[in-house]
Amino acid sequence: MINYDRILIRYGEISTKGRNRNKFVDKLRKSILDVLNEFPGIKIESTRDRMYVVLNGADGREVSDRLKGIFGIQSFSPAVKTTKDIEEMKTAALALFLKHFEEGKTFKITAKRADKSFPLNTDELNHEFGGHLLKNVPGLKVNVKKPDINLQIEVREEAAYLSCETIQGAGGLPAGSSGKAMLMLSGGIDSPVAGYLSMKRGLEIEAVHFHSPPFTSERAKQKVIDLTEKLSNIAGTVVLHIVPFTEIQQLIHQQVPSNYTMTATRRLMLRITDEIRNKNDGLAIITGESLGQVASQTLESMFAINDVTTTPILRPLITMDKSEIIEIAQSIDTHDISIRPFEDCCTVFVPSSPKTKPKRDKVRRFESFVDFEPLIAKAVEDTEKMVIKPQSRNEESFGELF
Amino acid sequence: MIYLDNSATTKPYKEVLESFIKVSSEYFGNPSSLHEFGGKAERLLMQAREQIAQLLNVKHNEVYFTSGGTESNNLAIKGTALMHRKRGRHIITTGLEHASVKEAMEQLKELGYRISIIAPDKDGIVHAEDIEKEITPETILVSVMHVNNEIGSIQPIKEIGEMLKKHSRVIFHVDNVQGIGKVPLDLYQASVDLCTISAHKFHGLKGNGVLFIRDGLRLSPLLSGGNQEWKMRSGTENVAGIVAMAKALRLTINNMERHLSRLISIKRYIFEEMNEIGNITVHTPERNSAPHIVNFSIEGFKAEVFVHALEERGIYISTTSACSSKKAAASSTLMAMGIPEKDAKSAVRVSLSYDNTMEEAEVFAEAVKETVIRLREVMKS
Repeated sequence: MINYDRILIRYGEISTKGRNRNKFVDKLRKSILDVLNEFPGIKIESTRDRMYVVLNGADGREVSDRLKGIFGIQSFSPAVKTTKDIEEMKTAALALFLKHFEEGKTFKITAKRADKSFPLNTDELNHEFGGHLLKNVPGLKVNVKKPDINLQIEVREEAAYLSCETIQGAGGLPAGSSGKAMLMLSGGIDSPVAGYLSMKRGLEIEAVHFHSPPFTSERAKQKVIDLTEKLSNIAGTVVLHIVPFTEIQQLIHQQVPSNYTMTATRRLMLRITDEIRNKNDGLAIITGESLGQVASQTLESMFAINDVTTTPILRPLITMDKSEIIEIAQSIDTHDISIRPFEDCCTVFVPSSPKTKPKRDKVRRFESFVDFEPLIAKAVEDTEKMVIKPQSRNEESFGELF
Repeated sequence: MIYLDNSATTKPYKEVLESFIKVSSEYFGNPSSLHEFGGKAERLLMQAREQIAQLLNVKHNEVYFTSGGTESNNLAIKGTALMHRKRGRHIITTGLEHASVKEAMEQLKELGYRISIIAPDKDGIVHAEDIEKEITPETILVSVMHVNNEIGSIQPIKEIGEMLKKHSRVIFHVDNVQGIGKVPLDLYQASVDLCTISAHKFHGLKGNGVLFIRDGLRLSPLLSGGNQEWKMRSGTENVAGIVAMAKALRLTINNMERHLSRLISIKRYIFEEMNEIGNITVHTPERNSAPHIVNFSIEGFKAEVFVHALEERGIYISTTSACSSKKAAASSTLMAMGIPEKDAKSAVRVSLSYDNTMEEAEVFAEAVKETVIRLREVMKS
């Protein structure tokens, strides 16, 4: 039985990055190594145009499954490496082909000859290998326009590579290639999706969650930890900041008229997040806001809330419908966690009729009667920092029970 | 003691009992309680579900916890029948099934459902084409066991699933109580919609089982109440048993990977030894049978006599299936295979686990030979 010995990775968008390309390639290499860290034998070889994951005995299918989720990979192909001996190449080509062939399937050969000293040119390669397969696989037919199997043969300086399939990658840019931003993570459906889409564009994210015990429970906190864990499946690790928010939240409710508490709460959350961003060298804040979804997500609300900072606020979901957001949440496996029914600090203090068109000057005036600064500083100081890793790598306290 | 009745039940692994005790004593909260202590129990439940899903190669929301094989089979069959009664009232099953399938079908019959029972061939195997012949537009469910509990024959689940793809309205249930951890079955590949497993058959505890319910498939619950298990099976979860089951399944699958070939050689040895003794007929088919079950008849003796004779030597085997062995009637599985009633009445079953050794098999084979000789003398005199 023939075994894959490497997986060829195509970069996609990175290849347009001109002089910065090496930086992107390097980030991609790092994130692949991180995701594949349970396969100790694997090695990565990168060149200008492509990367190879050398399997060294690791299971090609398992590695492929992991690669599907990594941002920065356009597509990839499990491949077999052979010497440039034509007979050896033919044997390998047939064995590889038979792995994918079922009766009735059509094929074509796509040969590439990067090594111009190789005796057969592209046409001759196509002809030679096509003939070899036709002779050895009864009932096989060629279809050059829409083949079921496209056997790709590439003759390079160092060796020949054969592969039968091209698997779509996750696209996007490699993890961490676009800098760091803080994700305001509530526990709802939207914010994890916003985090996911930001990561797709190469952002490194740190999550910030507001916790108001006893108004919100340990399980609400656990929910956010679980959501962060899902995001860490993509990034390897994600830092989660849990901000103690009870005191500020209570004070808001004492000081601010009830139809303005929501606006004031959001402003204070944003101020705290901005402080945490500053402390951790982030350059932006990400939220799961979608225009018009709830009272705090009208344009007037955003205008009044955004007033407290000049830091860029990224809102990847701003134009999306709820149904589109749910679809992504399901595909990244966060939906079922998000719908666990525990109160979080955005739901427990919701006023019965929050202003959908709050005025910036009014909320400024209501807040001016209290000095929130020391409370903000204290909340930031007391923020709990957790480093969340993918489930398989977490040291669970009940480990020995399972 | 040589325990060779593992198809009836297995001995819980020590590690499994440790988990059960620890969870029962330290995490006894109700997973539905809102406080942190309840939260811990809920975490355990989630982790167990996740682990079982991974081991079965399915999604976590397809794993439903039940009280065991009987309940899972009842939920699968009656739940489907009640949910889809408007689509049709015809169900297909086989003559090989466990009592919990058979009797559930009998109850449905009284409620006006039509049940077709497919007969196995002489090796105890049913064929996809025989099932297909019975399918009508009224058919809502096909229920076939994976590994037969009495003789160990393996049913062609993948072929049946493949055939049922052409009849997409028919739901496919597989009772995999005997197959799990012994005969691999890829549920997605075989297009299985519902699948039963039971913890005490793989060194977990009695009172825990799983019903795999394919994502999106709806059943009518048998137990309603507090809406646990996504409303499919209300009742406070047996967290300790469930965690223990997750561990037992992991250990069993590990054992399968490491010891399956050894188990096969022990079975083959018993198979050959029994075949060599005169007046013994082995009913388990040589091909397409599970690695842990050998069923045979000893001419001239009632099965029960033989079981007790071996018991005197500290060897435990059983007459047919445990669930029906207290009835004096001959095994209906053997009868369905066309084995004469006289032979069916003298059939006994040896069932192995990964803990059994070749030495035990040798002692067993020797004991059978001696017992046959001794009993024959007694009967003559």
